Amino acid sequence: MKAAVIVFPGSNCDRDLQVSLRIATGNEPLMVWHGDSSFDDVDLIAVPGGFSYGDYLRAGAMAAKSPVMREIIARANKGVPVLGICNGFQILTESGLLPGALMRNAALKYICKDIHLRVETNDTAFTRGYATGDVLRIPIAHHDGNYFADPDTLDELEQENRVAFRYTNAQGEQSADANPNGSQHHIAGILNKNRNVLGMMPHPERLADAALGGEDGKRMFEGLVRAIA
Amino acid sequence: MKARIHVTLKNGVLDPQGKAVEHALGSLGFDGVEDVRQGKYIEINLSETDPAKAETQARDMCEKLLANTVIENYSVEIA
Amino acid sequence: MSEITADVIASHGFTDAEYAKVLEIMGREPNMTELGIFSVMWSEHCSYKSSKKWLKTLPTEAPWVICGPGENAGIIDIGDGQAAVFKMESHNHPSYIEPYQGAATGVGGILRDVFTMGARPVANLNALRFGSTDHPKTRHLVSGVVAGVGGYGNCVGVPTVGGECEFHASYNGNILVNAMTVGVADQDKIFYSAATGAGNPIVYVGSKTGRDGIHGATMASVEFSDDSEAKRPTVQVGDPFTEKLLIEACLELMQTDCIIGIQDMGAAGLTSSSFEMASKGGVGVELDLDKIPQREADMTAYEMMLSESQERMLMVLRPGTEARAEAIFKKWELDFSVCGELTDSGHMVLRHKGEIVADLPIDPLALASPEYDRPWVPTAKPPALDMASSPAPDDLMATLLAMMGSPALASKRWIWEQYDHMVMGDTLGHGRPGGDAALVRVHGSKKALAMTSDCTPRYCYADPVEGGRQAVAESWRNITATGATPLAITDNMNFGNPEKPEIMGQFVGCCQGISEACIALDYPVVSGNVSLYNETNGQGIHPTPTIGGVGLIEDAARSVGIGLTADDQDIVLIGESRGHLGCSLYLELIENRTDGAPPPVDLAAERKTGDFVRAQILAREISCCHDLSDGGLLVGLTEMALAGQRGVRIALPELSMPLHAWAFGEDQGRYLVATNDAPALLASAQSQGVDAVLIGKSGGSDIQISGVGTLPVDTIRQAHENWMPAYMA
Repeated sequence: MKAAVIVFPGSNCDRDLQVSLRIATGNEPLMVWHGDSSFDDVDLIAVPGGFSYGDYLRAGAMAAKSPVMREIIARANKGVPVLGICNGFQILTESGLLPGALMRNAALKYICKDIHLRVETNDTAFTRGYATGDVLRIPIAHHDGNYFADPDTLDELEQENRVAFRYTNAQGEQSADANPNGSQHHIAGILNKNRNVLGMMPHPERLADAALGGEDGKRMFEGLVRAIA
Repeated sequence: MKARIHVTLKNGVLDPQGKAVEHALGSLGFDGVEDVRQGKYIEINLSETDPAKAETQARDMCEKLLANTVIENYSVEIA
Repeated sequence: MSEITADVIASHGFTDAEYAKVLEIMGREPNMTELGIFSVMWSEHCSYKSSKKWLKTLPTEAPWVICGPGENAGIIDIGDGQAAVFKMESHNHPSYIEPYQGAATGVGGILRDVFTMGARPVANLNALRFGSTDHPKTRHLVSGVVAGVGGYGNCVGVPTVGGECEFHASYNGNILVNAMTVGVADQDKIFYSAATGAGNPIVYVGSKTGRDGIHGATMASVEFSDDSEAKRPTVQVGDPFTEKLLIEACLELMQTDCIIGIQDMGAAGLTSSSFEMASKGGVGVELDLDKIPQREADMTAYEMMLSESQERMLMVLRPGTEARAEAIFKKWELDFSVCGELTDSGHMVLRHKGEIVADLPIDPLALASPEYDRPWVPTAKPPALDMASSPAPDDLMATLLAMMGSPALASKRWIWEQYDHMVMGDTLGHGRPGGDAALVRVHGSKKALAMTSDCTPRYCYADPVEGGRQAVAESWRNITATGATPLAITDNMNFGNPEKPEIMGQFVGCCQGISEACIALDYPVVSGNVSLYNETNGQGIHPTPTIGGVGLIEDAARSVGIGLTADDQDIVLIGESRGHLGCSLYLELIENRTDGAPPPVDLAAERKTGDFVRAQILAREISCCHDLSDGGLLVGLTEMALAGQRGVRIALPELSMPLHAWAFGEDQGRYLVATNDAPALLASAQSQGVDAVLIGKSGGSDIQISGVGTLPVDTIRQAHENWMPAYMA
């Protein structure tokens, strides 16, 4: 399986994602510069975290308009899996591939810590490595992760089972305390209609190595490889 | 021509920064502060000399980049 | 051009003797631009004129030191052809004026010092010292500084993995923001600042130059134009996005053979970078100021040379490589301008709008900067604390709870959770913030770097020599406690007004103590920074020589953290306990007094104990380890329980001192460890002449001390975690 990692000016989790994908796929991921409007066919496109264009104007806004995004949108519409993590999620919402928006955290502060997530559906390649209901420990690191969508969009996401992950406590229960950024419906990650685009704020690539403190994120990449290969 | 653009959060979208400013004003002793909404102000110099065309251009910029219309409204003033 | 009046000379900070020297070097009266250049080159900040004499006494050599002080950062060998490059630098005054931008640009500046040398920055640390918690400005400053450190570091994508935060009234008018960056380079790809080769092109890269940070006093007393509003000196503003691009572009260019010398533009921007490069390489420089990328209209030569705009670098390239270098910078969307060339004149010649606007001899100016032997008086040694004056507290466990919830010891999670401490994917799980030293794996290897920042200003104030020794020893101990070998330090010397003999005495004393400890522990100084005049209304800060330490562990898998990892492990105290309460946190917090002498550091015992502990960690005889410092034994033990989320049961040994002195005494050179085999550990300790005593076992959910009392770990956690969020709310 071949994956591509998209690099924007200001991306800073590109190498972290490259490492996780290299280990999971056994292949060197293709690193794609934002100015490239075409790149080789791949089985997975990953949009990494960071501060593309400094997060100036709005997080993800300028990256969403870059040449490579037109190509990514076209491929996503043909069914190529696209994974956006953190700034990647913000870029995917800004580009229209995913609904809603990521607003400033409710407490207004940047926050970096391990949180718990409940897997809401494993009916997508991205979460095939988990069982629905699994509780994962994975870090977040963001200033703008407060998921917002209008009520109709939220209803649609819920009815179509497109919420992939929700913030919970270690026991898998939702509570205001366990919602680190004020996201509506405690949403941490969502899918598009065709379930081939996932955006999530937490960083599975950061806990995919026991030495770093946990491996819950590794199962995501392993499951993804099995599902795609 | 100069385009003066205000981008604000839509009504109904929670504005945590506005809330924080409201709270801070209250604790500084400003009474009667009821609803603070924080937004962005963007100034652009345009070479276009026709006001109508300049406004169309600025609105297009808002739709495509300057505002996220999922959560934000914008207004354009041409001078 | 304005006239050089006595006022203008004074406002540029020259003494009469210094200005006489200027006239002698120039052989004529300087013009404004030249005077401005002399002024910044000879400022305390750039010339180290008060501190040089003493800095020279610090030990800077060891077989593993590749580059000591004098370059942008220090460099040490970490094996496999790799090097660690690091430095700590202050941004105190700007952070007090504008906390967010002051702190942010401090982080930006220290990052540039490190990647300028060819290293990829892998970690940031910061040592923050604020005024008293009840001072009206403190909250605002904490909030701004923390947001600034985070805002910059998070965006450039370098993890902020450690540091310290302290509150004390001596910093009410002068906070300290000391930022440290650690980078990793290949030894065959290290870059220095020396410029060589007449005719070689000088290139400016990065952000454009604006009127940022031009010396306020100078600006206020010199008339430049009618439009004073637009020319008012401005606060430097950081642009971490540009810095990120600059890192990537420079590191990409450094993979080629284009660069001869490279230097970042820090304080005194274009002036100090070009002078340092030329002086080190023994060449002359000709700059065409019209080629300097400018952000504002109508900038004068004076303004361009003195601007402190951020995110800029100066390079000397091999001739003919300009196009190749330019392509890399254009790809990263950064300004690139060939703005001059090296000459063999030994002079710096500046051209602006077709005229020569300055012509200065380089070496006389750079090398003849003033050096003072300022008068100093040694600090009187305080008398030892009379133990009879320290009554036992009524309730030891309540005292522990109060201490753990105090500003000094409360968790600083509120701060470090605003810093991305995991980006780059190499921060070890047990090496995250909150432990003794941060642990960051060297990417793609089994090795890890341990890093820490330390100082106990209340000790330095009471006894600068002992305080200097202690700061270095604690740094060494923190690194040792992870299993790593301490290799070298960077020192960030923060003091009051050096023109006062007692302040200069503090400086001299701290240097002496640092020196002694560095020699005894084989822990040389490889880089550093001095910040003087930290005074408000005649009130100086506590002497604060912040020590940034770096160590190496060959096999990261053998490193340990501070948290208890399992129940029913034996807890052993290593190192000698005497119950030293002088200058302790206990006295300050509980008895509201600060008297007595600080705990002495026995450097020979320090080394023997530390070497023993490290060997036991590497032999996997120890599952977790914590050095004892502020608050002493009981505080250290509680921190291990909190981090490990489990309790401890302590069987009180026979005591030769009051219980509270045993619990909270701050004797140096001590560690608490957990082990599965206490008899074996005690036997090895005894055979090597190291003090060690079994004090209890891990397990349960309480801190339980036989015959004294019990306190649930969760109760302590609440007090410990709640203080800072509640304070900042």
